[in-house]
Amino acid sequence: MRPGPRRLAGIILVLAAGFLLAAPFAFKPYGIFILSMWAVMTIAAIGLNLTLGYAGQISLAQAAFVGIGAYITALLTTKGWPFWSTYLLGGVSCFAIGWVLGYPALRVQHHYLAFVTLAFNTLVYLIFRNEEWLTGGIYGISNVPRPDVAGWSMNGPREFYYFCLAHLALVSLATWWLIRSPWGRAFVALRENPMRALSLGVDTRRYTLMAFALGAGLGGISGALYAPLVQFVDPTPFALGLSLNLLLMVVVGGSGFFFAPFLGAMVAVLLPEWLRFTEGFYLMGYALLVVVLMVVCPSGLLGLAARLVRPAGRPGARSTAETSVAGPDAAVQSEGAR
Amino acid sequence: MSTVLAVRDLKKSFGGIVAVDGVSFDVTEGEILGIIGPNGSGKSTLFNCILGQLRPSTGDVRIDGRSVTGLRPCDLNRLGVSRTFQLLQIFPQLTARENLILAGQEHKGSMFSRLVGPSDAGLSEPADRMLEFFRLDHLADEQAGSLSYGQQKLLDAAMAFISGPRLALLDEPAGGVNLTMLTSLRDRLKAINVERGATFVVIEHNMEFVMALCDRILVLAEGRIIAGGRPADVRRDPKVIEAYLGH
Amino acid sequence: MADILQLLVAGLATGAIYALVAIGFTLLWQTSQTINFAQGEFVMLPAFFVLIGTGYFGLSFWPAVALATVVSVVVLGLLFKRLIVDPMMRHGVLPLVIATIGLAIFFKEAVREFYGADAQPFPPVVAATEVTVFGVALALQSLVVLAISIAAVVALQLFLSGTRTGRCMQACAQNPTVARLLGIPVERMILYTFLINAALVTLASILITPIYLAKFTNGEWLGLYAFIAAIIGGFNQVRGAIVGGLLLGVIDNFAAAYLSSQYRMAIPLLILIVVVLVRPQGLLGRIEERTV
Repeated sequence: MRPGPRRLAGIILVLAAGFLLAAPFAFKPYGIFILSMWAVMTIAAIGLNLTLGYAGQISLAQAAFVGIGAYITALLTTKGWPFWSTYLLGGVSCFAIGWVLGYPALRVQHHYLAFVTLAFNTLVYLIFRNEEWLTGGIYGISNVPRPDVAGWSMNGPREFYYFCLAHLALVSLATWWLIRSPWGRAFVALRENPMRALSLGVDTRRYTLMAFALGAGLGGISGALYAPLVQFVDPTPFALGLSLNLLLMVVVGGSGFFFAPFLGAMVAVLLPEWLRFTEGFYLMGYALLVVVLMVVCPSGLLGLAARLVRPAGRPGARSTAETSVAGPDAAVQSEGAR
Repeated sequence: MSTVLAVRDLKKSFGGIVAVDGVSFDVTEGEILGIIGPNGSGKSTLFNCILGQLRPSTGDVRIDGRSVTGLRPCDLNRLGVSRTFQLLQIFPQLTARENLILAGQEHKGSMFSRLVGPSDAGLSEPADRMLEFFRLDHLADEQAGSLSYGQQKLLDAAMAFISGPRLALLDEPAGGVNLTMLTSLRDRLKAINVERGATFVVIEHNMEFVMALCDRILVLAEGRIIAGGRPADVRRDPKVIEAYLGH
Repeated sequence: MADILQLLVAGLATGAIYALVAIGFTLLWQTSQTINFAQGEFVMLPAFFVLIGTGYFGLSFWPAVALATVVSVVVLGLLFKRLIVDPMMRHGVLPLVIATIGLAIFFKEAVREFYGADAQPFPPVVAATEVTVFGVALALQSLVVLAISIAAVVALQLFLSGTRTGRCMQACAQNPTVARLLGIPVERMILYTFLINAALVTLASILITPIYLAKFTNGEWLGLYAFIAAIIGGFNQVRGAIVGGLLLGVIDNFAAAYLSSQYRMAIPLLILIVVVLVRPQGLLGRIEERTV
């Protein structure tokens, strides 16, 4: 990015951070609850962005991982386990399940992963719903407690909001580190050109699996925060609808951009709430806006922003795909014109 | 001088079509071998079989005496075999330096150490030196997609050599490059062989390029080697002339 | 034995309906790389158009069906293609997927808001009587549904392989670039597939809604079943969609009868996972190349 837009992005980030920190003092408890939900969903969306935006795999199972994390936390904390252990357990279990699920599933062409994950999500939902002895079935698990941090209770809406925000910050930092590391470069390579990546020694299978499992693990962590946020866990939120919603968040935000999950979750969580004044029509309005958004900027909100920042039609900015399809002659001609 | 690559009786058929029909040859350390032949002679298929992109129908490929037939391209790369593709394949949104870091990073340490270690896997310096060698250092921070076609081809070649491979296979490196860049490319490839002892095999259509660059040349026609030897000899070989001009 | 035959026939009947929906789904994918996540809602809607026709406009059943068909073909075929698919076709699969997800929510909520959340009865094509075949009492409705569906599929197959337009459509599905070079109006052929899909879902809607009642949530599971049927059969073959649909209908019916109703959906899902992992091209599909 050139200095001008970079400075603008920096200013926006600082303002956003300021808003997030100050928000609880301006909002009523329900508003704070929605913001906490935004933070929790962003974590799940960050996971999906790793799988989809960086490694290029379509996963429709993210809701199942959020659910698994939520149920583990709900079951254990209601039995007196400390929150930290459930949260680690949720993340690690989901990572492991993601690995096991992905291992056979990623050996086939990638749009088939979408189907397998869709089936997996629905199966997990059925288990949540039917196995009453474990999950409480449709009656769910109530009175999920909120944790204490070093003696401070996170019970109040404001305290728990900061708790969620802190987790979001940690997850963001970790993800940022991941993307900047050689792993991040390998992910870009395997998304853009898997054959070339292979020839450079990038073990595409392992990296894809890793991206998928990491995305699942983050889903589990998101669920571990969801349970004490809502304090009631039942199967309904973890059906296919949430997976589709998370997918929507990533694509609307701009799949592959670092801040896509934040924006996308804003759209998916906050927009319906802002539309509530339309009463019965709010979901319709939201759906319509999403459709229009996709028609107008298919590469997502950040994709649109990126296009506005980068001037179009720079002569040297032709992609290699363009030149190789156009053939060597076109390239030679452009060389002559230089 | 040891044999880096040994190909024995390699055959590849697609259904009824035999693309490679029993090819055997060796590549010794430090030599530049050229493979030429008319269109459809099986050159790219041969490469793809050696490099694990395709599974040969029969035959054996050995690197430093070790059989590598049918290994996945990434495993082969980690054994020290690198390649470039006929259709240029660099990563346009990464910078030139980042493309090189990517090309070398999988050879440094374990997957885990690459996660916790420095973000460039310690390769910024070697990448810059390689860019300097290929006279691309002034473009190090430019997005690779904004380089000219010839510059991208040079970058592609640099990517093949950064990990210090035992063997590099270059598929039509001169394709589509203008005359000025061609001299530069040929000069740099020759230099990397002389100064760093890099061993490589080149498939090419551009006769001048191949004759000037390579120590030895093999001629492929209809999936079989019909001639081989020093460039001057091959050029005069009547079988070769016939293969190119037709019957 | 009689039970099994009844289950089989009923299963084939619902399976045939799934097949109709799966065929439309497959056609859209083949010709324009459109994965229509709103396909289930597309099947849910036409029934409500009919109900609006009979309830609001006071038409009798068949004229209402005719009206509903016209509206469906225009809205779910023409408008869907022009307003939503066309602007997004160049940008890959995902944006369109998201848009159809949004569309599905929109239709669902629109029906709930403007018509009502309660399940509405829907008049069947024939009265619910029984017919005795080989000494076994079978529901006439199942047989009629099966007959109509078979007729529709046969008509479609005849159209696709027997008429010039149909063959042009197949060409477009296989290789649009070459089709364009041959002078085939590819855009128009793609439009036809959308219109055909709209007609198929309308037929499916009229056949299936009497059984499950008209409810705004119908789309959720209908879409999923169509999806599974298409994949089991082979996502790139119309014949596959037929086989997939029939198989799914029969298996689903038997599972409901003999297995716990709670895990009824698990069987198709497990089959889906097994098919994708073991034979990803489906039972009848052609093998696609591996990307990695």
